[in-house]
Formats: sequence, C-alpha cells, structure tokens
Amino acid sequence: MPKYYDTEIASRLMLGTAQYPSPAILAQAFRRSGAGIATVSVRREAGGERAGQAFWDMIGDLGVHVLPNTAGCHSVREAVTTAQMARELFDTSWIKLEVIGHADTLQPDPFGLVEAARILTDDGFQVFPYCTEDLVLCERLVEAGCRVLMPWGAPIGTGLGLNNIYGLRSLRAHFPDLPLVIDAGLGVPSQAAHAMELGYDAVLLNTAVAKAGDPAAMAEGFASALEAGRLGYEADPMEPRDMAAPSTPVLGRAFS
Amino acid sequence: MKITVNGTARETTAPTLDALLQELGYGAAKVATAVNEDFVPAAIRPEQRLNDGDRVEIVAPRQGG
Repeated sequence: MPKYYDTEIASRLMLGTAQYPSPAILAQAFRRSGAGIATVSVRREAGGERAGQAFWDMIGDLGVHVLPNTAGCHSVREAVTTAQMARELFDTSWIKLEVIGHADTLQPDPFGLVEAARILTDDGFQVFPYCTEDLVLCERLVEAGCRVLMPWGAPIGTGLGLNNIYGLRSLRAHFPDLPLVIDAGLGVPSQAAHAMELGYDAVLLNTAVAKAGDPAAMAEGFASALEAGRLGYEADPMEPRDMAAPSTPVLGRAFS
Repeated sequence: MKITVNGTARETTAPTLDALLQELGYGAAKVATAVNEDFVPAAIRPEQRLNDGDRVEIVAPRQGG
C-alpha cells in the first residue's frame, strides 16, 4: 500500500469532499470505497457562520487522513499563505499544493509550483504537488523536496481520463520508488484501473464520484477498479503483439 | 479606520486582529487568518495591530477536491 512521507495508507483512493448532493452521501461514498484520504480546502467564513466547525466535525467522523489543498491559488504567495492557514486549521503538515497557471485548463503553473514547493518544504510542510506529467518539472519538484508527485490525468473536472499515457509511463519509469498519484481528470473506473496497470500508486477523485448519479456506487466501483488494476500490474502482464497467436494447442487438431 | 475583511470594505475601531474577530462575532470559531496576504497564527492575533487599508482574510475548513 502507498506510503506518503512515512505514513502508510491502507487504500489507493484519495477522495475529494466537494460537490456531493448531501453530507450523508459524501459519508456513504467514503464508507463504500474505503478511501483513506479526504481532500479539503479553506474558504472565507463570515462571523457567526460556524460552517467550518460543522464541516470539520463531519470529516472527523469519517476517520480518514486529511489532505488540505490550495485550490484556486494563482500565485506563489497566495498558495503559501493558504497552506499556512490550512496547516493551522487542519493540524497537519500535509498540503496538496496547487498553483494554477491557466483559467481555461486549470493546469499548474510549473514555475510557481516549484518555487512554492521549495518555500513550503523549507517551512516544514510535506508537499503533495498537483503537477503535469512533465519529467523535468517533476525532477525539479523532487529537488525542491517533494516525496510524492501528483500528475494530472486530464484537466480538473473533465473526466477525460489519462491524456498522455507515454508521459505517465515514462514518469513511472524515471521515479520507480516515489509514490505517484493521478490527480484530476478521471471520469470512470476503467481509467483508474488503467492508472494502476501503469504502476501508479493511487488516484485522487472528486467530480467523477460526487457528480455521478449514485456517488456511493461510483466510489465503490472505482475502489474495485483500483484493486483489479493493481493486481494486473503486480501479476506482470503479457507483452502485447501485433499478430495473432493461437491459445488452443495446434498439435492434435482434427483434420490436420 | 477603513479595512477590508474577506473582500468587503468596512469600518472598525478594533486595534488588533483578535479584537476585530471578537467585534465580528467569530468568538471561538475554527478560523485561520491572514493580513495583507501574510499568515497570522492564532497565537499572534492579540499582538497583530490593524492599520488603515489592511486587507484581512478569515477562512475556515471547507469541502475541497
């Protein structure tokens, strides 16, 4: 099972907590999938609102690890300050670092990401960077102190799956011992199984589950796909080939 | 003095960040704070003086992906 900064998690699924039809359905999705990590955020709160406390209590009841994000931050300064506020609120040094570089694709700003990762690592954070599959960027992030990488499969919320299989495969080959998590872009369980077959350690989902007609069933479907895909990876699959090869013995065929 | 709290302009006489939180009814709410985009830890709020034009952010745990 994956280990993030010396913490082993008994699940290959990280699940977001946003956009569910209700808190009860959110809780069902966690229960049925066995997700081990919940991603959360910080947002403005008005005096007397107390929504933060209610949400915090609900997450506490799930009994999972909490991974706060810096979602929506477009600058290094915003991301660093948001991470610091999240650390105090959630009492964890884990941070899913997002520095968004483009409004249309919500893709990471690689330059700001590396800078923020370095600042936060030096400040004692354990950084989970939301990144692209760019190998040089990922090397820079590791140099900055990241011990886990979270490349996107496709842009956030699109459900397009794994857009660059070659890039993801070469990333796995270059970092054989680093936990690699597909963060964003998955829509259906087969895509998660594919990520596992590529040797990835985990996936992070939110929209695919929360916006499904039956979020709890979809969460369980993803959990099953992760297990199936991982087993397939560990079982050392056959090599694909172009020409057909009979599986039934040729020797002894009638009429031969 | 005139400050901005979570993007909204307001008048306050609160001398410190801690006093502002009390004035706005946060009480013992689970919130984190920043002034002018710098994080202000909870323990520092009583010493964090407010000045005209300061931009205060007050955030709490929320759903996220």
